[in-house]
Amino acid sequence: MDRREFIGGGAALAGSLALAQPALAQSAELSFFYPVAVGGPITKLIDAYAAGFEKENPGIKVKPIYAGTYQETIVKALTAHKSGTPPVLSVLLSTDMFTLIDEEAIVPFDPFIKTEADKKWLSGFFPGFMENSQTGGKDSDKKTWGIPFQRSTVVLYWNKELFKEAGLDPEKPPTSWAQQLEFAQKLTKRDAAGNTSQWGIQIPSSGFPYWLFQGLTTQAGAILANPAGDKTDFANPGVVEALQYWVDLAQKYKVHPPGIVEWGTTPRDFFEKKVAMMWTTTGNLTNVRANAKFPFGVAVLPAGKKPGSPTGGGNFYLSKKASPAEQEAAFKFVRWITTPERAAQWSADTGYVAVTPAAYETEAMKKYVADFPQALVARDQLPTAVAELSTHENQRVTKALNDGLQAALTGTKQPAQAMTDAQAEAERILKAYR
Amino acid sequence: MSAAPQPQPAATTRPDPYAPKGLALTLESTGAILLALIWVLPLAYAVWAAIHPAEYTTRFVLSAPLTLDNFTRAWAAAPFARYFLNTFILVTMILAFQLVLGTLAAYALARQDFWGRDLAFALILAQLMIMPDALIVENYRTLARVNLIDTIPAIALPYIASAFGIFLLRQTFKTVPRELDDAARVEGASPLQVLMKVYVPLARPTYIAYGLVSVSYHWNNFLWPLLVTNSVESRPLTVGLQVFSSSDQGIDWAVICAATLMTSAPLLVGFLLFQRQFVQSFMRAGIK
Amino acid sequence: MSNRATATIHGWLLLLPAMACLALFTHWPALASFVDSFMSTPRARRPARFVGLDNYQQMLADPIFWKAMANNLWFATGTIPCSIALALLMAVWVNDRIAGRTLVRMAYFTPTILPMIAVANIWLFFFTPQYGLLEQIVAAFGGRSTNWLGSQDTALYAVTIVAIWKEAGFFMIFYLAALQAIPPSLGEAAAIEGASRWTFFRRVQFPLLMPTTLFVLINAVINAFRMIDHIFVMTRGGPDNATTLLLFYIYQVGFSFWDTAYAAALTCVLLLLLALVAFVQYGWLERRTHYQ
Repeated sequence: MDRREFIGGGAALAGSLALAQPALAQSAELSFFYPVAVGGPITKLIDAYAAGFEKENPGIKVKPIYAGTYQETIVKALTAHKSGTPPVLSVLLSTDMFTLIDEEAIVPFDPFIKTEADKKWLSGFFPGFMENSQTGGKDSDKKTWGIPFQRSTVVLYWNKELFKEAGLDPEKPPTSWAQQLEFAQKLTKRDAAGNTSQWGIQIPSSGFPYWLFQGLTTQAGAILANPAGDKTDFANPGVVEALQYWVDLAQKYKVHPPGIVEWGTTPRDFFEKKVAMMWTTTGNLTNVRANAKFPFGVAVLPAGKKPGSPTGGGNFYLSKKASPAEQEAAFKFVRWITTPERAAQWSADTGYVAVTPAAYETEAMKKYVADFPQALVARDQLPTAVAELSTHENQRVTKALNDGLQAALTGTKQPAQAMTDAQAEAERILKAYR
Repeated sequence: MSAAPQPQPAATTRPDPYAPKGLALTLESTGAILLALIWVLPLAYAVWAAIHPAEYTTRFVLSAPLTLDNFTRAWAAAPFARYFLNTFILVTMILAFQLVLGTLAAYALARQDFWGRDLAFALILAQLMIMPDALIVENYRTLARVNLIDTIPAIALPYIASAFGIFLLRQTFKTVPRELDDAARVEGASPLQVLMKVYVPLARPTYIAYGLVSVSYHWNNFLWPLLVTNSVESRPLTVGLQVFSSSDQGIDWAVICAATLMTSAPLLVGFLLFQRQFVQSFMRAGIK
Repeated sequence: MSNRATATIHGWLLLLPAMACLALFTHWPALASFVDSFMSTPRARRPARFVGLDNYQQMLADPIFWKAMANNLWFATGTIPCSIALALLMAVWVNDRIAGRTLVRMAYFTPTILPMIAVANIWLFFFTPQYGLLEQIVAAFGGRSTNWLGSQDTALYAVTIVAIWKEAGFFMIFYLAALQAIPPSLGEAAAIEGASRWTFFRRVQFPLLMPTTLFVLINAVINAFRMIDHIFVMTRGGPDNATTLLLFYIYQVGFSFWDTAYAAALTCVLLLLLALVAFVQYGWLERRTHYQ
């Protein structure tokens, strides 16, 4: 790319057309799409891993490409797939699995699992994470399409100072829906004019509200989609009940900000003490730790009928269009980077959940959690965690659900109506896949 | 958009009988300044957030300590130097092609009488309405077919022939007196030499005015570059800013504002220095 | 070879580079969108095939499409007259010898220079509930708290305001240049006739600015269908599509649902809309202005 832009004059057009063929990956070069903003601590870590791997495997060059948000990265990976030169390896949302399979963009990892050690490695991940990384129920036709890496889950953060002010025990987070509401009522402050200066709780609803909502539906005992990803159950009474609870927090009890709450400003709202409890990703742990000027706690999400939370985040995927040698090299890299020691270090550095139980047994992890016990919450929640909503035509189906949620939260539709409409739309889209 | 020969501005020397005076002037000034304050508010806020620690991004107290930290953090957080270079190459490339292609086409349309001219002009004007942004899906396919995705030429290509530029230059060239053209030809100049020696120098204000519009447009263009770029090597500033500010972890206004100021500084300073000339170019170019 | 033939060859040779680019990136994709809109979206195992009007039928039944259309029309009716009127007002003001003229002019022009994608983040702060700038101002006057971007009633207004802010200063430059080019003798003559300032503006200045107004109008209309950068940052089309504009929807369908055929059909509607506007405008322009 470096010289190409400088060609001037009349020949530039022809010249750039000829020169612009992206360098075809050499058998030893491993291009690797990574969903993070360029720069910042995470890119440095990934760069360091790439360098470390190259040192141990001299034949292979790892070239990370930082492609922005997950949304942007999947767009880029798929366009690259369609135009012929996709990256060999990508970290994309676990929920994009069906889309990637339908586009025939990825290959399963199974052919690379040859030795006993490989098998042991594959079975070493938290089962909650493998749920939306595999297809096929029975062992014989089970296929592993993704390897968990940058994974997260939804947890509750609370401000201990504000708990104390409200006369609550600062060390005790709410454990049930009823308690969550009761605490939120105590934590909401209104001035004489009726304006709220501090909200009890906040669950962000911009962009991808379905993810946080899945916490509520799981707690209400509902499952949003079947494992085959071709049927949704949005109109289930449990789902409606969950939405009703969320809507009531804002509209009936007025302990949650009205309308749509912006995901991007939610941590800032928490730092500004405008909200006493917030639901957000474990990926925010490091951020909150660095910026909260008050003691805070992290807890598993309060239980409804049962406890529960969705998992989220990204998996490694192998490109179908890569050569076997490139795929082999990529597999090697994936195995290398998910060893317990590295997974532990990765978790400590970023706040993402370590993907294997073994990682929590390492020295590095023990040292980290001794210093920052909040980091263990994510692991403790994993036994009750469910796979993030994932279907064929995932973006379209989740948009139907998102629109329904936002309609209910802004008060233009009743929860039951909103979910019936979302289900009808999802049904229309998914019919072709059964 | 008329291109009649422009009267030179003489207003500066003669008193304008309708210039507001006294109370009217005070009222007008107050209104203008109030509006200006609203208009400059985002920039003012950007400056505030950029030079104070992150705790003060939402609290406007005069005692807030000053810092340049946000700039260093922003600069370290993303390869802005590279983005600058990419954007610079991009706008230069686009402008150069637009001017060359536009000049040739405008000359043909303004001064050559030939078969199919009106049809050609109509086909060109179609782009005034069918802007490249509306055609992202198909243009993406075209560029993917020739393997240009994720290159700077890919961002530039849909824009290098600009109907707006051709139109403006055609109107300007039409105002050049025929006699000058004929005189040059009598001296033995070829059509291209006539174009370069007679038309181009006379159209200078149009070039400047158009250049300003083109540069500020492409410096800030976002949607198309977002789609066709994947990597640091080709990403322009706007996409770099977006990638950098949209994170899982919420918005950090202090750093975003610092980055915004850094990336817009060249244009801001340029306009500050040359604003009078720009307005005059617009006037003389007859873009009005 | 006849003179006429030589001129034709010369003419087309001069036009060739520009025409080639336009053909490749304007005419061809417009045609291709039209053709693709009658095909199905190619998937891995199912190549594109002719489906007739299926995509258009889907569109008629698609509530989000209608919502995007309605939003875009409101967005246009908000941005076009407001930004033009403000641009004219600004130009008249900075054309007079008001206090701090240079600074005021600079202030009006800043939005043109700042990238929308970055400023949108700043506007996001202005509109943030509780501690956003607007909220702080409203609270100082004892007003009620509003979630500007998070409510379906206000989100579209909020993004419209940002668009007006972005455009007005740019259009001002054109008006300013035009105002300064009006010969001072006209003002002197009108003053001798005893015309009031308003009459002078209405009867002399405004008609003389007509070509500028038309030029600005065309730009404003195109922008009304083109400006979606801030949507990406501020709302991503939400809440419940309250701020989804047509081009943003095309982006979503084309680049996040990968339904290229449906995106092509939507593109055709957008092109048709623009063509319609162009038709009306040029018709009006022919009648209303002396045009060279």
